[in-house]
Amino acid sequence: MLRTALAAVLAAAVILPATMATAGPIEDRKAIMKGNGRDTKMGGDMLKGVTPFDAAAATRILANYAAAAKAFPAHFPANSKTGGETEASSAIWTMAADWKIATDKFQKDTAAAAAMTVTDAASFGKAFGMVTANCKSCHEGFRIKKG
Amino acid sequence: MRRRLTSLTSLVVLGAVMAGWLLTAPQPLSADAVATGPGDAGRGARIFHAGGCASCHAAKGAKGDARRLLGGGAALVTPFGTFQPPNISPGRDGIAGWSLADFDNAMRRGISPDGRHYYPAFPYTSYARMTGGDVADLFAYLKSLPAVAGTAPENSIGFPFNIRRGIGLWKQLYLSDKPVVQLPATAPAAARAGQYLVEGPGHCGECHTPRDRIGGPNPDRWLAGGPDAEGKGKVPGITPTALKWSAADIAEYLKTGFTPDYDSVGGSMVEVQANMAELPDADRAAIAAYLKALPAGK
Repeated sequence: MLRTALAAVLAAAVILPATMATAGPIEDRKAIMKGNGRDTKMGGDMLKGVTPFDAAAATRILANYAAAAKAFPAHFPANSKTGGETEASSAIWTMAADWKIATDKFQKDTAAAAAMTVTDAASFGKAFGMVTANCKSCHEGFRIKKG
Repeated sequence: MRRRLTSLTSLVVLGAVMAGWLLTAPQPLSADAVATGPGDAGRGARIFHAGGCASCHAAKGAKGDARRLLGGGAALVTPFGTFQPPNISPGRDGIAGWSLADFDNAMRRGISPDGRHYYPAFPYTSYARMTGGDVADLFAYLKSLPAVAGTAPENSIGFPFNIRRGIGLWKQLYLSDKPVVQLPATAPAAARAGQYLVEGPGHCGECHTPRDRIGGPNPDRWLAGGPDAEGKGKVPGITPTALKWSAADIAEYLKTGFTPDYDSVGGSMVEVQANMAELPDADRAAIAAYLKALPAGK
């Protein structure tokens, strides 16, 4: 009994740091952006009429954006500038003040969009446009396309 | 004998110098080729956006009406040196004193009004394929914009590229008004209209085609993508081999800045896409049709 427990503790001690090392800040911020992409595709398809408008889904998308924007800036520690095929530009660290302005704006716009009441494609389109204008303005200076 | 050899050698050297001088001489447009006005400023707005003039000649990060102030923009940092986009506003520090012929020789021959070569950081190797009519319209449009004061700092370019005269030789190799690609006979009219926009004013090949060691575009890799000349990341290929999007996807991307997967435009393409979004739908569709019609392997 004690043996099994000890073995389990030992295994956990060995395995846990290993998984933590693979799910580092680069992976985390990539996962956040992947989620944004998935939500933007869903929202864009609704607005283009590819899929029917769904108010509940639209509201969820806007809430996801706000949560993503809130979490995002914390995943750029100084030791995550390279590696993991990151597309983060070094400008994030060398122009930290501009980066802060951009991420603050992203948080402010997504929070405002999430607070809007979305009832139809038109009202969703307004909120959606407010959020997605941030994509290119931020990717212009802070992302380096590798693929 | 020795004297004859010396005089022969000096003759050869003199000949080489003269040939070099002639080969490097700026060659302005001939009287029957140069654009004649007056151009139409209204039509010129479209050429202005297609040509992306504001991306280099307006201040860095300028938005909205500030993109009409062409006092010179952010420096272009390349392996050949740092190039400073000049003031092309209609003010005294810009092109106030220029004639249409001056402007046309700048656009299609890369020659300044005082007869010097421009560096091809100014993409006249693409603009050379424009029609005189479009150049005249663009000139009229530029003249209608607000005057801006101020001149750009000097370029900073390393040897041997700092010898402007040498650009004459470079032009012998790379400056041509002929189309880059032979489109298949079956290519639709839209693809041909797109060819003009992409290879001419749009100057897409300046970034999307990799360059050789002296900065000339590699025609065998036309629009095939490569390293970013500004040294950051990669420029994607946009040939049918490299880009699997539909024509509608390409046109939509140029209009909205979103890829079919809703990834967003980034880097220096953000500026370009903002310009492309100003064009009529038909122009974006034409660009897409051309890219889809490119021969395989090009």
